Amino acid sequence: MKLRSKDILGLDHMEPDEITLILDMARDMKKIVLSNMKRVNYLQGRSVVTLFYENSTRTRVSFELAAKYMGAHAVNVSVSTSSVQKGENLIDTGKTLDVMGADVVVIRHSQPGAPHLLARNIKASVINGGDGMHEHPTQALLDMFTMREAKGGFEGLKVAIIGDIMHSRVARSNMIGLGKMGAKVYIFGPPTLIPPGIEKMGCTVCQSLEEAIKDADVVMGLRIQKERLRKALIPSTEEYSRFFGVDVKHLAWAKKDVLVMHPGPVNRGVEMTSLLIDSDQSKINEQVTNGVAVRMALLYLLAGREEN
Amino acid sequence: MKLLIKNGTIVTWDKTEENKDILIEDGRISRIGKDISDPADQVIDAGGLAVLPGLVDAHCHLRDPGYEYKEDIRSGTMSAAKGGFTSVACMPNTNPVIDNESIVRTVLAKARREGVVNVYPVGAITKGQQGQELAEMGSMKAAGIVAVSDDGKPVMQAAVMKKALIYAAGFGLTVISHCEDLDLAEGGSMNEGETCTRLGLHGIPSAAEDVMVAREIILSEYTGMPVHIAHVSTKGAVELIRQAKKRGVPVTAETCPHYFTLTEEACEGYNTNAKMNPPLRTREDVDAVIEGLEDGTIDIIATDHAPHHFDEKNVEFELAAFGIVGFETALPLALTYLVRPGHLTINQVVNKMAAMPARILKIDKGDIRIGADADLTIVNLDEEYIIDPDEFLSKSRNTPFGGFKVKGRVKYTLCGGKIVYEDK
Repeated sequence: MKLRSKDILGLDHMEPDEITLILDMARDMKKIVLSNMKRVNYLQGRSVVTLFYENSTRTRVSFELAAKYMGAHAVNVSVSTSSVQKGENLIDTGKTLDVMGADVVVIRHSQPGAPHLLARNIKASVINGGDGMHEHPTQALLDMFTMREAKGGFEGLKVAIIGDIMHSRVARSNMIGLGKMGAKVYIFGPPTLIPPGIEKMGCTVCQSLEEAIKDADVVMGLRIQKERLRKALIPSTEEYSRFFGVDVKHLAWAKKDVLVMHPGPVNRGVEMTSLLIDSDQSKINEQVTNGVAVRMALLYLLAGREEN
Repeated sequence: MKLLIKNGTIVTWDKTEENKDILIEDGRISRIGKDISDPADQVIDAGGLAVLPGLVDAHCHLRDPGYEYKEDIRSGTMSAAKGGFTSVACMPNTNPVIDNESIVRTVLAKARREGVVNVYPVGAITKGQQGQELAEMGSMKAAGIVAVSDDGKPVMQAAVMKKALIYAAGFGLTVISHCEDLDLAEGGSMNEGETCTRLGLHGIPSAAEDVMVAREIILSEYTGMPVHIAHVSTKGAVELIRQAKKRGVPVTAETCPHYFTLTEEACEGYNTNAKMNPPLRTREDVDAVIEGLEDGTIDIIATDHAPHHFDEKNVEFELAAFGIVGFETALPLALTYLVRPGHLTINQVVNKMAAMPARILKIDKGDIRIGADADLTIVNLDEEYIIDPDEFLSKSRNTPFGGFKVKGRVKYTLCGGKIVYEDK
């Protein structure tokens, strides 16, 4: 089986059997990541370009290592967002990479829909590495991989996502992906950060932290950014952590074997306490490892050599 | 020069008369009747066709001067003519801004030289559309403007708007308000709601429009001076205007074809040709706009013809320019989406696209009668066709209506007795 599209633009476009295929393949890839010999030739002779218009450490490095572990040429292009404002054209940049021989372009951009625009205009496969507030499909896939690995499957799973839902592409992709696989998503956060119509994406909007976390299999925190204060969305990070932060004590409402997750980077003491982040239930570091495995699977499925 | 239109069905705001001839002499209608047999230099057989007064657009952008790569007076008026418009009021957001007498004269001089339909400039309310000091409305009126508006840059200070209403009324000028509270809009790019949330775009709440409509109504009521609300797109705005009219507030309102045909869902797939301001709203809003058209809350249909270059639309959604072209799709869309389902009669459409806009702009247009300028639009109401943007005469192609099947095609447009468009 193959993926139906040349691109990974979002989980919105993906069928459940494709998600299963990716997660199954990531299981094999994880063995390579954890081995002493991180070198296979699945992408030998292929080139992967990470085109990042936004700062990122883990996503970019994760893709780069995923490509290199499989023998691809991996190049990083960092473009400051300011040059976008100066009129540098995304399509032209993409076409340049295309004619240089890129097989896969991983793009992160502050503009929602930027990967879609790129994909329509270039021959290379495009992977969305996060586009504005829209989607972050590879993050959701690694989150789902982590959940499936620990819980065995998605059917009936209760996932609580807590925090700044409005600005979170991670939350959106998880809602879409988990919904397609049979899990139930409950969200809670400051009312100003719950975007209108979000329930139409298939989640339940909760009125309290307890309602969201009650009997949850997974509790996922989201990063809160200080700039939300300036836009009058929240009064202070102190007030945020008091009413919307998650602590170990809140896990009493959840299932005993609840997983604690966060896409990182974490503001310790704001959206989650250090005690929780470093607790036994925390999967935050495991998520990062799984991220490399999932991205290896995706690169392989899009650009892997036929003979493998 | 005599021109004779034979056997047409004359459709005006107040009546439909079948099988009529219209004789045009020296640019004016000299006779209307049956079996006119005067010798004429040219005869148009309008058998089976409807003869409408030339349409009047109270809201368009000709982009001239300053943005001639999007449109200019020549291409814009040719596009208007193809759409059946013979009089167009162009907004002042040009470069330089139409905010003084000399630019008004420049635009009008070019329109006389190169335009094929009547061009009526709208002057800015404030100097440079900056929302601070009043522009010289009196001098601009003397030079030929028909209304004032800061259009896309709404006057945010209520005190400035209040004085603008009072001052403009003194010169008999209507103030046209693009109702958008910029603080509430927060730089968004589509209607705030379900689709916007899913696409991860920044939203423009309908409240941004409603709040400003409420303000203009209050100011109009307080001062007793008229105000015209541009491109109404929300249910809330329709209701506010309806109530205001009941109280006798001198408020008039317009909407555009896209607000009675499309919803926010047209933005799916980051379709930048569905990006305009105000943004496409929800089904509920579309229904309310149609209701407003039906009960007369919304007086007129304007195009908000807003041409943009391909490169300005072939970018990320939030970076794309707001606006769509409208001249060449407005009438067929009104006929297809308002007349065919029975929301309006064809006479009501003619009223809202010719007679009423002329009355709001205080120009002697929009009717077919002896002595009037021979501005006429001859339409085949039964001809079905598929909208193909490549056939547009506008310089720009930014429309969400490509591929739409519509009924009603302009066959001839006459302006001052001259054929300015003919469908061949």
